[in-house]
Parts: sequence; structure tokens; C-alpha cells
Amino acid sequence: MSELARESSMQRPHEAPTQRAVPAQVRPYRPRVSRFWWLRRRSYLLFVLRELSSVFVAWFVVYLLLLVDAVYQGPDPYRRFLEWSGRPWVLVLNMVALAFVLLHAITWFNLAPKAMVLRMQGRRVPARLVAAAHFAAWGVASGVVAWIVLGGL
Amino acid sequence: MPDTITLQVARYRPDTDAAPTMQEYVVPLRQEWAVLDGLNYIKDQLDGTLSFRWSCRMGICGSCGMTVDGDPALTCGTFLADYAPGPVRVEPLANFPVIRDLVVGIDDFMRKLPKVKPWLVREDEPGVADVEFLQTPPQLDEYQQYSMCINCMLCYAACPVYAIEPDFLGPAAIALAQRYNLDSRDQGAHQRMDVLATAEGVWACTYVGECTSACPKGVDPAGAIQRYKLTAATRTLRSFLPRGER
Amino acid sequence: MARRSSSEAIGWLLFSAGGMVSALLVPVLLLLFGVVFPLGLLAPPEHAHLSAVLRHPFIRIALFVLCMLSLLHWAHRFRYTLHDGLQLKQLNKLINLLCYGGVVAGSSWAAFVLFG
Ligand code: SF4
Ligand code: FES
Repeated sequence: MSELARESSMQRPHEAPTQRAVPAQVRPYRPRVSRFWWLRRRSYLLFVLRELSSVFVAWFVVYLLLLVDAVYQGPDPYRRFLEWSGRPWVLVLNMVALAFVLLHAITWFNLAPKAMVLRMQGRRVPARLVAAAHFAAWGVASGVVAWIVLGGL
Repeated sequence: MPDTITLQVARYRPDTDAAPTMQEYVVPLRQEWAVLDGLNYIKDQLDGTLSFRWSCRMGICGSCGMTVDGDPALTCGTFLADYAPGPVRVEPLANFPVIRDLVVGIDDFMRKLPKVKPWLVREDEPGVADVEFLQTPPQLDEYQQYSMCINCMLCYAACPVYAIEPDFLGPAAIALAQRYNLDSRDQGAHQRMDVLATAEGVWACTYVGECTSACPKGVDPAGAIQRYKLTAATRTLRSFLPRGER
Repeated sequence: MARRSSSEAIGWLLFSAGGMVSALLVPVLLLLFGVVFPLGLLAPPEHAHLSAVLRHPFIRIALFVLCMLSLLHWAHRFRYTLHDGLQLKQLNKLINLLCYGGVVAGSSWAAFVLFG
């Protein structure tokens, strides 16, 4: 169904009576924006999912602090935390969170060159290169973190 | 390829209609015909009451923007053959008030555009009437992309933030501001900042990025906005520093 | 037209800083502690090792910064999502209060856990 046909039932009520006497040209039709505008296009949906990734970033902070707290409390609480983290709902939640966080990271590094205009020897560094540098930094950072966690330090 | 295609065209007659309705027309399908040619065929042969804007037929004047099958597009540069076998939906540009049929009101954009002073601002005026401002090719390169804008407003039609927040200055106006900000001959950047670095300016943008996908001229307004955010934010930080270090 | 907004500028800078550190560090941490260890794909680190790592002052500071900036990132994005996505313009003040209130609460908790 057409967007316009669907909106037709949503005419703004307050505009009708006062404007009857006004010449035709000054009574334009103003479609309303649906609350679910972000379902209308794939790109809009992807945008909203990208924005919602921030909720899972916040969840990660909570999860991390629970972990850190358990470690500080001693071996037993740490073991209990590990058990808890293996419960199906925690696991599923974390898998979903991981998917969203990856979406965040990938879109973030792809967008980074948009704001940053780097120059080297008077020339503008190509956007691809800036993005590639970000992805490389991501790889290095992940490697360092994994190394520390898995017993390197 | 079939030799006809159906156009579903939005009609709105403000004197009689409460809301737009769709009307179908069958037009010849030719390899070289753009949607605009189909509309002109309707106007000339089938129904003279159909209203729409166009002028140059070559992607320069920016007046033929409409919503074709849900996407904002220049109808002179969008080909019917790409939509075969059809039907093709042709609606007015989204996010603007519809005056009649496919014609939208552009007052809002016209009001916003001069706010960003899209011209060369010089501090040394008057007295520059016959001075030549030289510019090197790299300096031209800085802003050339933004100077390609034809004010077609497709980016506004694509922008959900503009739909929700009609006060948003919008993609093209900000890209045009950058077109002059980045011009080596211009000195008006700090004046434009009063308009750009506001809640209705760049800070309203959440980087949906659709303006850039919609732009038929490769202007990349989303990139222009993003870049300006960094400029404005750095400027704000510097304004907190003691005077001498700015 | 409104005035230049330095609060928006600062909010955006913190959002960006948070977006950057969380994009760099959160995926690997979540992958390890949220998925890989619970699934048993790798053995989780010994308590003694983790505890030693977490007592390092540099790590404490780094984690605190990560938590705070990540929350600031969340607050900025989430308030815009509520504002635009659900068109809750009228509730703007309340939304800002809740989001940045969440940042203060979360950061205090982080400080308490990491340095308390
Ligand atoms: S920026 Fe592109 S889409 Fe927007 S008005 Fe200019 S040419 Fe049209
Ligand atoms: S008619 Fe001029 S841009 Fe299409």
C-alpha cells in the first residue's frame, strides 16, 4: 500500500476548520511521520540497530564490573561468577550483546574517516587508509587484551 | 521488454482532496525514457491536469526531485527501463508539504539556506571590488565536492532527522556552509559557526547517512556534517583554554 | 535559532571517545568472558592470575576509564534514539536526566568496585 494512502487517515484534525476560506495553494498536505519510521527502509533499520548497540555496550559495563568485583572478592565468588556466566540466559544475552558490539565496532571504524581529515606531507590521506588503520588498531588492541587475560602478563 | 509501463502517480488537489490519492497511467516504455519523460507523456497525451516541476532534463537544475518507488530521486535521471515491468510509484518528495500532485513547498529550505551565508564572506570589505583572489588547485580541491550541490533537496527527503525535527538545518545547507568554510578565499567561518554549532545545526544529526546515499551529485553531506562536528567540538575545547593559547 | 551549544559539543566528544575505546576493547573482552570461557572453548584464567592483573594500578585506571567513557557513549546515543526513534521530544529533559544520571551512577559503582 502506498505511504500516502496509509497516511490519509491521519490528517491533522486542527487544520481543517480554520483553513476552509483560505485559497487552495496555501493549504498544503503535510504527511505525519509514523513512530515506526525506522521500519520503512532497511538502511533506517540498520541505523536504529547501530544506535541500540549502545545499550549492549552499557550491559557490558555492568557485566565487567560484576566480574571484577567477583575477582576482588576471592576465588569462590569468582568461581560462582563463572558458573553464573554459563547459565543459558546469560550466555544467550552475551551472544546477542557480542553481535551488537561487533556491529558497533565495524560501523564505528568505517565512519571514523568521515570526521577525521588527516594530512601527510600536504596531501589528504585517503579515507580507506584511515579506516584500515583503525581496523589494524582494533586487531592489535584485541590481541594485547587477549594476551593479558590469557596469562601473558 | 514490454512496450508499456504503468505509472502510479500521487495526485493531490488542495481544493477538493483531504489527502493525496494514487492514479494509474499507462505510458510507453522506451529504453531512453526517464521517469520524467513518462510524466511529460501523461501531461501531454493523457491528463493535462497533472502538476510537477522540471526544467533542465539533465540533472543540473535540481527541480525534478520526487519519490520513485519509495526512494528520493531526480526523475530526469531515473530510467523507466530499470523498473520494468513496473508498475512504478511516483510520489512527491518526502518530508515536504505537498502543494499539488507532485509539487512540494520549498519555503523551509529557502529560509534556511541564506542562514549559513552561502557566499564568500570577506572581512576586508568594502574595497575588494576589483581584487582577484587567486586559488591553487589543491585549495580548490578542498571544497569542490561540496560545490556540486544543485539544491535538489533529495537529501532532506532522505533524512529521518529532518522529518522528525523540522527545525534541523539539514544536510545540503550544512554541506554548503562547508563549501564556503573550506574555501581559501572565505573568511566567514566563525559567523557560520553561530548557525552550525547549535542544537538545530550539526548537533541534531545522528549520522543516519541516507543523505549521502540519496545525493545525485556525490556531495556527501553526511561526511560534511561529521567533519564539522569535529571542527566545532575542537573549537569549543579551545575556547576553554586561557586566552593566549587559542 | 538557538545559540552555539558547547554542552552538545562536549557530549559529542565524550560520546566519540567512548565509541572509540568501546569499539577497540569491548568485543574481545565480551568474546572471552561472555562466550568463549562460559562455553568452555578455552579454560578461564586462574583466579590468582586475574586477581594479580586487576590489582595493577594501570589496569584499574584503564578499566575505570573504559567503564565511564562507554557509559557516556551509551547515554548520548540512547537519548537520541529515544528522542528521534520514538519521537519523545516532550520528555527531553527527563530522558537526559535519566541517561546522564545512569552515567553518574554507573561510574560511581565502577570507582567503588575498582578503587574501593
Ligand atoms: S547535497 Fe546533494 S541531495 Fe542535497 S540538495 Fe545538494 S545535490 Fe541535492
Ligand atoms: S529536470 Fe533539472 S535536474 Fe531533473
